Amino acid sequence: MDTEARRGLLLISPTALYAVALLAMPLAAVLAISFATQDFLTIDWTPTLANYAEATGEPLYRQLLLRSVLIAGAVTLVTVLLAFPVAYYVSFYVAPSRKSLWLFLITIPFWTSYLIRVFLWKVILGFNGVFNTSLQGLGIVEEPLSFLLYNANAVVITLAHAFAPFAILPIFVSLERIDRSLLEAARDLGETYLTTFFRVTLPLAMPGVTAAVLIVFIPTIGDYVTPRLVGGPDGLMIANMIQTQFLRLNNAPLGATLAVLSMLTVGLISIAFVLLTRRWGRTQ
Amino acid sequence: MTLRAYVIAYLLFLYAPIALLPLFAFNDSTIIAFPLDAFTTRWFAELWTVEALHAALWNSLLIAVVSTVLATLLGLAAARAAAKYRFPGKRGLMGMIMLPLILPEIIVAVSLLVVVIQVLGWPLSRWTIVAAHTLICIPFSIAILNGAFQNLDASLEEAAVDLGENRWSAFRLVTVPLIAPGIVASLLVGFTISLDEFIIAFFLSGAEPTLPVYIWGLLRFPARLPVVMALGTLLVLASILLLVLAEIMRRRGVARAGLKDKGGFL
Repeated sequence: MDTEARRGLLLISPTALYAVALLAMPLAAVLAISFATQDFLTIDWTPTLANYAEATGEPLYRQLLLRSVLIAGAVTLVTVLLAFPVAYYVSFYVAPSRKSLWLFLITIPFWTSYLIRVFLWKVILGFNGVFNTSLQGLGIVEEPLSFLLYNANAVVITLAHAFAPFAILPIFVSLERIDRSLLEAARDLGETYLTTFFRVTLPLAMPGVTAAVLIVFIPTIGDYVTPRLVGGPDGLMIANMIQTQFLRLNNAPLGATLAVLSMLTVGLISIAFVLLTRRWGRTQ
Repeated sequence: MTLRAYVIAYLLFLYAPIALLPLFAFNDSTIIAFPLDAFTTRWFAELWTVEALHAALWNSLLIAVVSTVLATLLGLAAARAAAKYRFPGKRGLMGMIMLPLILPEIIVAVSLLVVVIQVLGWPLSRWTIVAAHTLICIPFSIAILNGAFQNLDASLEEAAVDLGENRWSAFRLVTVPLIAPGIVASLLVGFTISLDEFIIAFFLSGAEPTLPVYIWGLLRFPARLPVVMALGTLLVLASILLLVLAEIMRRRGVARAGLKDKGGFL
């Protein structure tokens, strides 16, 4: 090994060791404990598939996992669709000197107290909330709308808000990389504004869109605050059950199993998505 | 034109919750709803009298300072290694270090909880939260410092070595001043992340809650909500202040490296 490689490895080793000790090994411990059983107050480490049988057999867990995937999918779709035009606008219509100011404006709400932001969505969407009282005040509706809060819709709206910059920034970066002369060439060769967008801009922006989808979809599965505060009984997700197993029912092995299963599900869906978009990119 | 209108509507959507905070914080009613009542500052005054809140705030500040310093040091080493050297396993190692950026926070929380409680049998304390917050702040630190290192002209440090400095003094005297704005931005962003983090802190806090964990407890009591609004207003102001500082630092760094500004951090 040459000097350069040794110096590089030496320099990265504290951070890499930290990640091994506090991320890789703990993840391995979660996997290990998912095969153990809770024996009253102690853990019985004899390997067994009992937790997996319970987690996949019990309709409640299956339903929560399915609902989490559906909600995370809806959140991802809504977030990325809403975010794309914003990223497009900042990349194509904002003067270069003002772009960083725009990005800064977009990221500020993301950095402000997460709990309080989620709680304020409860205030906005509630029966006597800001949205309903405004609609009534304007005479648009007579009775407050009750489908806004304590269901999956509220979870989707709140999470679409929370993850906005995570979707906008990767799309913006990939739009910035597009060579503008390619778009001019397409127009010169007879494409319309719309066909240029779908045949040149969008395929070139796909890496950013893919990154946005993954960076919204994967963490969304693990949120238990939003479902708890605005989701109501029909909006609870698998993370709420993982939290309950660990902190309330004191059944870490089953909680770990649910965590492993949800990561497995999310991982498989993400891999399938990446493969599909790659194939789509090749046919373009 | 329609695109511009849409973007403005989107910004309104982004800012709606924060814009409502001060309205309810200064509203003389325990019910968080419209129409608003009289103006009051009593919820802010009440903040000064709650002992548990002060304890939680100090705990959070301590955790945030220690985590962000650790994360920035570890991030600095990794970002420099990635920018300067080629070595085997670089992609894999960087991938593992950056993983917390995309991993659901509950997974980080659960995995550390299992290790601390079930494997090691240690009690939870603020240090378990420090360990976790350092882990999740490192990727942000690396992302910011990567930008700083990429803007850096590598020949400057080589020139210093040629002129008789050793590698450490060249790094300290030439590179550190040039990337200092990036380091400060990394410290500020890490501090903001740690101060606001709830999902992991809720799992790992023992008898000493952090500020978000304390707020979570308050959310269950309707009578305490206006105080939460007042506290939230102050927290939002503090975050905006820190981020404006971080952004100024980042821009100064870009200017110092003699480059055109290409975008924000994250």
